[in-house]
Amino acid sequence: MLIRRPDDVRSSEITPYRVYMNRRHFIGRSAKAAAAAALVPGLLSACDEPQRMEARPAAEPLGGSGGVRMLSQEKDWESVRSELDESLTPYVDVTGYNNFYEFGTGKEDPARNAHTLVTRPWTVEVGGEVARPAVYDLDDLLAPHTAEDRIYRLRCVEAWSMVIPWTGIVLADLVRRLEPTSKARFVEFTTLKDPDQMPGQRRRVLDWPYVEGLRLDEAMNPLTLLATGVYGEDLPNQNGAPLRLVVPWKYGFKSIKSIVKIRFVEKMPATSWAVSAPREYGFYANVNPEVDHPRWSQARERRLGEFRRRPTLAFNGYGEQVADLYAGLDLRRWF
Amino acid sequence: MTVNIARRRRIAVKSVLWVGCLAPAVSLGIAALTDGLGANPIEEITHRTGWWALFLLTVTLAITPLRRLAGKPGWVRYRRLLGLFAFFYATLHFLTYLVLDQFFGWSYIIEDIAERPFITVGFAAWLILLSLAVTSTTGWIRRLRKNWQRLHRLIYAAALAGGVHFLWKVKADAREPVIFLVAIVALLLLRAWAPWKSRVEGAA
Repeated sequence: MLIRRPDDVRSSEITPYRVYMNRRHFIGRSAKAAAAAALVPGLLSACDEPQRMEARPAAEPLGGSGGVRMLSQEKDWESVRSELDESLTPYVDVTGYNNFYEFGTGKEDPARNAHTLVTRPWTVEVGGEVARPAVYDLDDLLAPHTAEDRIYRLRCVEAWSMVIPWTGIVLADLVRRLEPTSKARFVEFTTLKDPDQMPGQRRRVLDWPYVEGLRLDEAMNPLTLLATGVYGEDLPNQNGAPLRLVVPWKYGFKSIKSIVKIRFVEKMPATSWAVSAPREYGFYANVNPEVDHPRWSQARERRLGEFRRRPTLAFNGYGEQVADLYAGLDLRRWF
Repeated sequence: MTVNIARRRRIAVKSVLWVGCLAPAVSLGIAALTDGLGANPIEEITHRTGWWALFLLTVTLAITPLRRLAGKPGWVRYRRLLGLFAFFYATLHFLTYLVLDQFFGWSYIIEDIAERPFITVGFAAWLILLSLAVTSTTGWIRRLRKNWQRLHRLIYAAALAGGVHFLWKVKADAREPVIFLVAIVALLLLRAWAPWKSRVEGAA
């Protein structure tokens, strides 16, 4: 069978999907994407009524500070329910099919090799154009913030995709607390560099450490998540423990894993894949079915678990939330 | 009497080769049916069939240098078997792409072949292998005579094209395609240089 059967289902998956969905944010499709999708008949049928979804605090407050703050009730998201199959990707695939070259370049290498990563204690160095540069213990960095659960599509530049239930804090909240100066235009993230813990770094497949970045307004977008968990548990090492970025409207390589440094900078950061192959990977890396990778089409993607390929959506279907960030930008040039 | 033993050995070797060459396909089939191909089975099937095609192609190229160096001219009769199995896997690879990956989406397929260089070069490799497979029979050897040799030298082009297809596909880790290409180029140079020729033909 080519379609994976959910025999190997973890207890966290046994919750019926509908019940599970109602407890979570579902950031869905945009009107723009719907217009695009309307070109493909039957792709998107009429939306259900928008649902008020409130942030659900994590079962345990992050950082063990003892206090749990609810997010403001005003902050709800219109979720657009679609008839397109958006089943969660099974846990075994989310944690067993990974691009994390620090642990090997095969898709199953990270799950096999990432056990050597030590995720506590973990520090994050905050620096650059920011009020108080400092080195934070991870728990101190996250303590004042409330964890949220988000289900996001993740679209890899290799043209496969997943649907993943993340837990994390909204990056915008952290940025506001860190108080970048007026000179800060971009946020730069860096992954751990330690070939002892990350055997894949012994080969120069990429220029280690892995670096990624966002424009400040992209970092402040409510979708951008600093994730600490997946499927209701702490991130497994192969998924970028203990702290990773999730930017769902961009290709997956932007969602940098195992972050040790957050720097606010004036100039556009030199991101690892753009350095490695500038003709193929850009800084923005917005999911865009109209701009092909030089070597393969980006118009369609393989949703893992499905047999037929499905059309790729502009901004991975999050156009309503993010398209405004790029008004007037030539997305073919700035890929 | 010696002929009988020789014939029995040929059949034994061919049987072993048949089993050996079919084993990867059988293993792949079993893995596919038992959910043993991971999260992206179609990609895994595509990768494995392509890899075996390239591997068997390389082994086929190694027959001639090996048989000359080992002094076993009889090995040539196994070359066609291996070459045809390389074509078998290359065809499985191509069919996986056509049926499982693109599901007969002909406009996408044609666009891929025309506009993605790594697919163009892969398709060219398969076309060459097709022509070699079709003309692999003794009937064709007789019909084409000297031109048969010339035509079948294209196997080097097919192997190089296959290696380049693999190289141009990978994202950042080029180790395997580079190893294949180094082996193929080495075998090509060995054949071109042909150090045994002066000894064998010079004597005649």
